[in-house]
Order: sequence, then C-alpha cells, then structure tokens
Amino acid sequence: MIISANSKHYQNLNEDLRKAYAKHKKVTIKDVNGQRYIGCGLKGDYNLDIFGTPGNDLAAYMDGPVVRVSGNVQDAAGNTMGSGEITVCGSAGDAPGYAMRGGTMYIKSNVGYRCGIHMKEYKNSRPAIVIGGCAGSFLGEYMAGGIIIILGLDKPRDAEIAGYRFATGMHGGVIYLRGGIPKARISNEVMALACDEDDKKIISQYIDGYCSRFNYDRKDILNEEFVKIIPRSKRPYANMYAYV
Amino acid sequence: MNFLNPEFQIIRDKDRCIKCGACVRQCSYEVHVSDKDTGELYTNDINCVACHRCTSICPTRTLTVKKNESVYRESANWTSDYINQIFRQAETGGVLLSGMSNPQPYPIYWDKILLNASQVTNPSIDPLREPMETRTYIGAKPDKIEFDSNGKLKTKMPPQVKLEMPIMFSAMSFGSISLNAQKSLAAAAQQCGTLFNTGEGGLHEELMPYKDCAIVQVASGRFGVSKEYLDMGRIIEIKIGQGAKPGIGGHLPGEKINEDVSKTRMIPIGTDAISPAPHHDIYSIEDLRQLVYSLKEATNYQKPVSVKIAAVHNSAAIASGIARAGADIIVLDGFRGGTGAAPVRIRDNVGIPIELALAAVDERLRSESLRSKVSLIAAGSFRNSADVVKGIALGADAVYIASAALIAMGCHMCRQCHTGKCNWGIATQRSDLVKRLNPEIMSQRAANLLTAWNHEIKEMLGGMGINSIDSLRGNRLMLRGIGLSQKELDILGIKHAGE
Repeated sequence: MIISANSKHYQNLNEDLRKAYAKHKKVTIKDVNGQRYIGCGLKGDYNLDIFGTPGNDLAAYMDGPVVRVSGNVQDAAGNTMGSGEITVCGSAGDAPGYAMRGGTMYIKSNVGYRCGIHMKEYKNSRPAIVIGGCAGSFLGEYMAGGIIIILGLDKPRDAEIAGYRFATGMHGGVIYLRGGIPKARISNEVMALACDEDDKKIISQYIDGYCSRFNYDRKDILNEEFVKIIPRSKRPYANMYAYV
Repeated sequence: MNFLNPEFQIIRDKDRCIKCGACVRQCSYEVHVSDKDTGELYTNDINCVACHRCTSICPTRTLTVKKNESVYRESANWTSDYINQIFRQAETGGVLLSGMSNPQPYPIYWDKILLNASQVTNPSIDPLREPMETRTYIGAKPDKIEFDSNGKLKTKMPPQVKLEMPIMFSAMSFGSISLNAQKSLAAAAQQCGTLFNTGEGGLHEELMPYKDCAIVQVASGRFGVSKEYLDMGRIIEIKIGQGAKPGIGGHLPGEKINEDVSKTRMIPIGTDAISPAPHHDIYSIEDLRQLVYSLKEATNYQKPVSVKIAAVHNSAAIASGIARAGADIIVLDGFRGGTGAAPVRIRDNVGIPIELALAAVDERLRSESLRSKVSLIAAGSFRNSADVVKGIALGADAVYIASAALIAMGCHMCRQCHTGKCNWGIATQRSDLVKRLNPEIMSQRAANLLTAWNHEIKEMLGGMGINSIDSLRGNRLMLRGIGLSQKELDILGIKHAGE
C-alpha cells in the first residue's frame, strides 16, 4: 500500500498510516517532507518504506517494524525504540537512538550531536547503531548498554571521526571506532582498547549488515583497525556522596 | 576517629528488658548489639537514625530514643548540623546526600492561611446527611461544549480521568521504594478510586492488575519505558523536575539494582541508574511539545499527558509554556516535597514553597485564558486535609501526596531513604527488610488515610456552605492570611484575616 504524504499534517498522515496497517503489513509513504512521529509507537511485524525527509521522532517507542528511509532523517529517530530496524540512506540529525533499548539502526552517512545517548541493554536485548560517516559531539553520552559502530567513511582528511566530549558519562555498552580518535576528545569515564576476536566477530556482523544495505565492499571498510571504547566502571559516581 | 557526636541516645530500661534480642534483629543500622558470651545488650548510639523501629517492636517498651544531650557549645550560626556536616565532608570529600524533605524552618504558608465558614447566611451543609461532591476529573477541558439538534455532544472531549477524591499518590519509583510499598499504594489507590504513580522506574509485573490506576512516568533516563508501559498507564507523566531537588536528576545507586529492579527498569543488575536533570532532547518549550506529542501519538491521543516541574522562581512563565506545549496536566512540586535521595544543599536551598508557586501559576494561567486547557496538580508537602482544601482554593485541581502516605505505612521520617536500610521496609530493596511491610495491612492504612481526609474535606466544604469541590477550586475568597506581609498576600491572592 502506498500513501502520499504531500503536505499532510502529521496527525492526519499518522492516522492514515494506522488505518493502512490495520489491513496491510507493508506500507510505503512517498513525498515525506518533515512530518513528525511517523511510525511512533508502532508495534508488530510491519514494513515501512519512506521516501523524502521524515521529521523528528521517527519510529519513537517502536517495537518490531523494519523501517527504511530513502533520504535523511531529522532529530531523535528511534527515540526509546524497543526493537526492529531503521535504515537511513543518508544522514541523521541530533540524538538518534535516544534511550534505544533494542533493535538496530543503520545510518549511511553522518549523525548529529548526542547519538545513542542513554542507550541501554537488558539480557538479550542489545541495541546497535552503525554510523557510516562521522558523529557530532557527545556521542554515546550516558550510554548504559548496546553497541555503537562508527566507520568514518568519506571523512574529510582534517576532520575527526567524532566530536568533543565523546562518551561522557558512559557506564555500559561498547563503542567501536574505525581508525581511532584523539585522546583529548574522549571522556575520563572510558578507556580505549584493542579489539579482540569476539569484538571482531561483532564488528564483522554489523559491517556485513551495513554493506548489504548500502552497497559497500567489506574490504574497503575492514582495511583499517578498529578501536574499542568501554567504560571504566558501571558505577561512575559511586564514590561521589557522603551520607548524612 | 571521625569527630562525630552521636545525634541520638538510646536509653535502655534494664528493669524492663527481657533480653529477647528483637532490637538486635530488627535494626539494620546495627545500633543494638548482643554480647556473644553474656547475652548482654549494648547500643552503638552513633549509628542511630531515630527511625523508632526498635522502640515500636520492643515487647516490653524498654527503649527510648532521645536527642543526645551532650551538646556542642551553642551557637545560632554554627549549629551542630553544620558542624557535623563539615566533619563528614572532611572525612569523605563527598557531596552530602540525604533523604526525605527539606527540614529547614522556612515559612509554611499553609499554617498562615485560615479557612472560612458560613454563619447564618448561606448556611453550612452537613455532609453526613447531604450529598457532597469531591469527585474530580483530570484532563484538558474544551473552551466550549456544543451539542447537535438531538442533544448529543458534538465537541470532541480531550481524555479525562475520574478521581473519586482530589488526592493522588505522587511518584515513587520501584527502586527508590520497595515493591511491597508500591503494591500497598497501588491497592489503596484502586480501593479509593484514585491513582498512584510509578515514578521513573517502570511498572513491575505484579502491579499490572493495578494498571488502570497507574500514572506512568517518563523521564530523561527513560527507565522502564516501552510501548506496553505507555499503553498501560491512565496518565503519562513527563518528569522535568522534582520539588526536593530542582535542577538535579535522579540517580539510583547500583547497589539498589537487584534482579527485580533491573528487570522492571530493563537495565543490568548492579549498574547505576542515571537519570540526569536535563532531558537531552528538550531545550525549549517547542522541544517539550515534541515529547508531549510523541507520547500522544504513541498512545493515539487516548491518555492525558502530564508535565511535572519543580516550583521555582519562574514557575508561572514556565507553566504558561507547558500549557501551550499541549500538556493536559501540569504538576507543580514545592520545595518541601520528599525524595529518596537528594544532595542536602539542593534540598535545603533550591526552589520555592508550593503555596506561592501554585497561586502564581493559577493566576498566570487565568490571565492568559489557559487555565481550562490544563489541570493543575499541586505537590510538595500536603500534610493533612486542611492543606489540601487550601491548595484547591488556591487553584489546584487535585494534589499529590507521598510522604503522608509513607507515614501511614510506618515511615518515621528519619531521612535515611538514600541508605537503602529502611527498617520499615519502605525505602529499601533488602529482602529481609522488604518483607516486614505487609501490603495487605499497609494498603488498608493508606486507604484509611485517604478516606479520613476525604471525609474531613467534605466537612470543611460543608462548613463553607459548598457542596462540590468544583466550587472551591480557585475560590480564594474562602482563604484569609494571618501574619503575612502585603506582598505575600498579593502573591497568594488572598486578604488578611479581619478584612
């Protein structure tokens, strides 16, 4: 089923989408132009193909569906998402994957500030974000679980792969960086290590996912070493207080 | 040596003591010690927090807790509290952390406001004989109501939630309080036709039977937030701030994240649960609107969305923004509100009294024709039913209580919630302590409190010649100030007694 978003208000568009999912498993929305909350709270085994630029909070609280965006996305895509998949054939704005708890996001190019902030994991539910380009500042802020992989493909020569205050307050999960990042950008709460065999398996699995979605060759990505960033403690503020 | 003087002294009446050892077994702070060889009982006064578990449990009433009579040289400036706090910080280098609410002697305006009663004209009403309405509907109200030619309602009503009385239980997460404590509140809310609030800690599966009387909270850490969680709540509350710690986030230490808490919050066992003060996706009223509407979209506009803020200097302007951001409910939490843990300096110095904030917000929303677009909930230390009546007359639709409910369940206000050693089984996750709190008994006690207050509210209403709580709302003519300055009276929007 195909819906044309045209210049519809988001409430009308989302109402149309809910109606469409009452009958169909696969829906395509065309001509999206900044409408917010598309697929917000959508739960179940659905497919959503989006053409254009969805607005903020794409697929927020989503649980299960597979979303593909042919275009860029604005802020907070995948906000508090529970499971499912979002593929963005372009760049994402600020705070993609905020408090994401499960599922996967593949972003072909860059992400803005605070990507993966408050990401969490619990038991088998381990969210992952794969970023093909570079990230803004505060990547993985307060990150409490899950995986972020950042590739820095097509990175300008004088740019860094991620902005300042990288992984501030991180106390869980892991970030893999292709190539590395200057120490001055990394917060005191984390440490950089070399990848072991288990890490390489995880990276390889997500690189395959990335390559199949965006037509890249594995070899062109695995030609550089990856660095692993993990928190020093899962209790970063354990010794901060005096009880009275 | 840590320089500290015990705050309290335990007096044991040796003639009465039967050396049963109940005090030793009951005290999680290890105040009472029994000598292995002789069976003699001793006390470590320095550990005593005056929670009164031992004095309550002692079968022969042997024990008395007293303020330590050994005093520092008296000074109005260097009080023993300040001296002890410096000793603690010199020892640890830590930020002072405490529980419960601001204990400082700031003005309590409830105690300086008097209620009216009818005499001769507009006679008072006897609630025992005549119908008296305390039922309250929470949610945005339309500006006008239209009917079609058949008398059917044409106006699409925003979602409303019915409360049998204008009192709800305020947010206390599973983690900050025990599951048994939360269960007690949930069952009491269900029994009394009102709501409890999950706090930012998810909804434990054993509380699912109470989902119809749950307010589910969403805060910056998004703990326990999922599509099901949002679907389960009657109201979704966005927590921006808390009266006890405005500008400060929540931080549940890893030692309280046991298996059950971890499951409900959906985080690993033993990890710190950090919920910082700023929502990192909210930097403006427009951003707040985005979160409000994402929650409405996610639940198909079926539930009111509430925004909770701490009462601070600019509450009125902020509340105006929240109403414009599309919230259905604004919660204002005053600086005497409780907490499971807050930095002492913040708890004791930041924020303003709920009375002033509530009056200012109600006035501002009225002057901007926004008041009917939102329900206003006041929180931050309602200690009795008269406080509730005064709060509603100052403009609240309903109030939140938390400390009062915990006291009904045994809390003795020892302000040690942050230690996780609560001897009453309330603010703890230790299974040996949690099981001391029987949810069946304690829910009845909490329900009794609500029933009693509701009856008292009806009596006060009746005395004023009012038979419905709706006629009290914002009715400041029923209030008079006593011993207040003109400025205070102006902010409260009330006259002085005798005027």
